[in-house]
Amino acid sequence: MSVVLSVRDLSVEYSTGEGAFRAVDGVSFDLAAGAALGVVGESGSGKSTTALALLGLHRTTGARVTGRILLGGPDGVEVNGLDGEGVRRVRGRRIAMIFQDPMTALDPYYRIGDQIAEVHRAHSGADRRAAWARAVEVLDRVGIPDAARRARARPHEFSGGMRQRALIAMALACEPEVLVADEPTSALDVTVQAQILDLLDELRADTGMALLLVTHDLGVVSRSADEVLVMHRGRVVEQGPVREVLRAPARPYTRALLDAVPRLDAPRHARRDARRDPGEPLLTVTGLTREFRRPGRGLRRETTRAVDAVSLDVRRGETLGVVGESGSGKTTLVRMMVGLLPPTSGRIVFDGETVTGLPEKRLRQVRREMQMVFQDPVSSLNPRRTVGDAIADPLRVRGVPDGEARRTARELMERVGLEPARHDRYPHEFSGGQCQRVGIARALALRPRLLVCDEAVSALDVSTQAQILDLLGDVQEDYGLTIVFVSHDLAVIRQVSDRVAVLRGGALVELAEVEELYAAPAHEYTRSLLAAVPALA
Amino acid sequence: MTRYLLRRLGSLLVLLVVMTAVVYGIFYAIPADPAVLVCGKGCDGGQLASIHHKLGLDQPITTQYWHFLEGLVAGRDYSSGPDVSHCAAPCLGYSFQTDLPVLSLIAQRLPVSLSLTAGALVLWTVTGVALGLVSALRERRLTDRLITVFVLGGLGTPVFVSGLLLLMVFCGWLRWLDFPVYVPLTEDPAGWARNLVLPWLTLTILQSAIFTRLTHTGMLETLSEDHIRTVRAYGLPERRVIGRHALRGALTPLISINAVEFGAVLVNAMLTETLFGLPGIGQLIVQSSNNVDLPVVAGLTLTAGLAVVLANTAADLLYAAVDRRVVLT
Repeated sequence: MSVVLSVRDLSVEYSTGEGAFRAVDGVSFDLAAGAALGVVGESGSGKSTTALALLGLHRTTGARVTGRILLGGPDGVEVNGLDGEGVRRVRGRRIAMIFQDPMTALDPYYRIGDQIAEVHRAHSGADRRAAWARAVEVLDRVGIPDAARRARARPHEFSGGMRQRALIAMALACEPEVLVADEPTSALDVTVQAQILDLLDELRADTGMALLLVTHDLGVVSRSADEVLVMHRGRVVEQGPVREVLRAPARPYTRALLDAVPRLDAPRHARRDARRDPGEPLLTVTGLTREFRRPGRGLRRETTRAVDAVSLDVRRGETLGVVGESGSGKTTLVRMMVGLLPPTSGRIVFDGETVTGLPEKRLRQVRREMQMVFQDPVSSLNPRRTVGDAIADPLRVRGVPDGEARRTARELMERVGLEPARHDRYPHEFSGGQCQRVGIARALALRPRLLVCDEAVSALDVSTQAQILDLLGDVQEDYGLTIVFVSHDLAVIRQVSDRVAVLRGGALVELAEVEELYAAPAHEYTRSLLAAVPALA
Repeated sequence: MTRYLLRRLGSLLVLLVVMTAVVYGIFYAIPADPAVLVCGKGCDGGQLASIHHKLGLDQPITTQYWHFLEGLVAGRDYSSGPDVSHCAAPCLGYSFQTDLPVLSLIAQRLPVSLSLTAGALVLWTVTGVALGLVSALRERRLTDRLITVFVLGGLGTPVFVSGLLLLMVFCGWLRWLDFPVYVPLTEDPAGWARNLVLPWLTLTILQSAIFTRLTHTGMLETLSEDHIRTVRAYGLPERRVIGRHALRGALTPLISINAVEFGAVLVNAMLTETLFGLPGIGQLIVQSSNNVDLPVVAGLTLTAGLAVVLANTAADLLYAAVDRRVVLT
C-alpha cells in the first residue's frame, strides 16, 4: 500500500536553563494508507511531542524541530518546511488530530455542529448551510444518535465518549489522509474505550485513513495497531509488527515495560496467594446511601443517588478491591467509609463501634485509624510544605511533639523507599511516583488500621505503578493493614485484591473472591466490563 | 430561572429594608439636628419646636421609620398648615431642606449620573479589552510593558487627581474644550457628549486598568487551554482562533467583574460628578449628607441599593445567556 506519512530523523529540542533538551531524538517511521501505527512509551518518552510535531504544533513554542515529515507520499508536502500559512492549510485537511481529554478539547461556548462546520469551511470554502450539513453527516457517521438535533448541543451536554466521537467527526469532516490520536481513550471508561477503538478501526477500513495511535496502554496498541513503535527518553527503542514486539520483545526496555503491565491472564503474585485466612470484619457498612441534590428546572429539584444501599464488610488484613466505571459511586462510597462524607442513610461499623452519628470529637479519634491515599500524588500534597512536614503534619495535629514527629517522618520516608535526607525538599522536586510514596508515608504516619487507596496508581506509568503496588503490599504485611483499593482498572484490581466489589450506578453489583470473580463472573455487567478490556497480544 | 428571580427579589427587599433601617439608625445616633439647619440663625425655641413638629422629628425614630416604610408601600399624607397634600406610593417623602419631593429630586438627577456611568462603562470596557488583548498578544514586549505602565498609573491615580489633570490640560492649556456643563442628551446630543468627554475619560483611566489586567490574564489563560490547541490543530486561521475562540473565553468573566465593581464605580462616579460640577446623584449625596436631610439620604440609599442589585441580576442573566453551562438557581 502507498505510504501517506513518512518521517525521517525527527528531532525536537527545547532550550532550557541548562542548555538544550532533546525531547524527541531521531525518530523515523512510515505509515501506509489504512494502516495503524501504535506509538507507546511512558510519560516523558516523547510520544506526544512526536505527535504534535507531525502537525507543526511546536511552532511558536520555541522548540526546534528538525528532520523530514513527508505527507502524502513521494509528491507530497514536507510539513517541517512549510511556512505558517502552508502548515495551517495542511492541518485538519490532510492530517488531523484528536486528543486525550475530550472534556476540554472542544470550545465550551459554541455548538458542536458549528465547531465542526467552522473547520470544514476553513478548508473547503463551503457555504454555511453546506458546512452544517457536512457536520451533521459526520456526526451521524461517528454514531451520534439523532445527529441533526444533537449538532445543536454544546459540549457540556455530551458525555465524555460522545465528545470524543464529536472530535473524531471534526477530524473526518475534511477527509484527512492521516489521523493522529494522542491517548484518545485514556480518559474514558473501558466500555466506552472499546466503542471508540471499534469506531477508529471501522473508519480506517472504510476511508483508508491512516492512524497514528499514541498511547501508554499496551493493551490498546495490541488491540488496534498493526505496527508498534516503542519510545524511551525520546528515542525509538524497538519497532515492528505488534504481535512480534509484544510477544517476543527484542529489547530489555520493552520486556521490562511488558512485565510491569498488570494483566488479566497472567498468574498473580505468589505472596498474595499465600495469604493467611482473612479474619473478622474490621469495617461493616449496611444500606449505605448517599444522595446529592442537583439544581433542577423551576421549583423542582432532582436528587442523584451516588451510592445506593450498599452493604458489605471489609475483613481484617484483607485487600478489598472496589471497581467500577466513572459515576459508579466508588469514590463517594470510600469517602463515606473513612468519614470524610456523611451518608444520607445507612450504618457504618468500624471495629465493633457504630461510627455513623458519632459526635465530631469521637469521630476524630476513630478517623485516625483510617487513612486515605489519593489519585493525583502531586496535587494532593501542599506545594508550599516540605515533604517531611507533609508526613509529620498529621502527627503534629494530634499533639505529637515536633522533634518526635520529624523523626517519625524520616523513618517513614525510609520505609517507603525515599531518602530521609530529602525530608526538607518540596513536592515539585519529586517525581509522580515519589510523591505517591510521600502520600503513603503520610497516610501511615498515624498508624492506621484501614488504608483506603482511591485510584492511587491511576496517574502513574506502568513501571512506577508496579513499584507502588509492591510497596503497598509490603507495608500491608508490616503494619497489618486492611486495605480498600479503588480503581477503574480491572487488571490492577485483580493483582492486588483478595476480594472484589463491582459497583455500577451506585449499587453493588457483585462481591466475590478475586479468582472467582475473574474466572466466572456471576453478573452480566462484570462480564461486559471484563470483555471490554483490551488484552495484550 | 423563575426560582432565581424570586430569590433575587426576596433578597432585594430584605437588603433595602436593612439598608434604610441602618440609615435611620445612624441619623438617630448622630448629634446634628436638621431643624437647626432649616431654621437658620436667630431661631428661638418655639420656632424650632414647630419645625420639629412639621418635619415629624418630634416622634420616636421607630415611628418615623415606620411612616417612611408606609409611604413607600401605600403613600402618605402631609399636612403643612391647613392643606393636606397626598404623596402617592412609592413616596420617599419631602426634603427637609428644600421641601421638594425626594422622588422628583432623584428623578431629576438620575439621567446625569446614568449618562456619566453608562458612557464611561462603554468607554472603559472597550479600552480595557483592547489594551488587554494587545498586551496579551505582545506578551513581554515593549508594547506590553508600556500598557502595564499606563495601567498601573491609572490604577494608582485617584479620580480627583486624574480629573483635575484632564481639566488642566484640555480646558486650561490646550483650550480644546470648555469647562464641562451638563447638557441633556435629548436637547443636544453632540453637546451632551462633548461636555461629558472629560468625566468619561476620568472614570475610564481608573476602571479600564482593571479590565486590561483581566483581559490580559484571561487571554493568556484561554490561549493555553486545550480547545485552543484543537482549533489550531484543525487549521483555523489565527485571527479566528483569537477573535472567536480565545476572546470569547477571556471576555465572559468580565461580565461579573462589572457587576462586582459596580459599587466602587458608584463611589468614583460620585467623586467625578462633584469634581466636574455635574448635577447628578453624587452631588445630591454630598449635599444631603451635609444637611442631615434624612428623607433624601434614605431615598438615595434605596436608589443605590436598587441599582447594585439590578446590576448584579443583569450580570447573572447575561452570564447565563453567554455561557450555557451556567444554570441559575
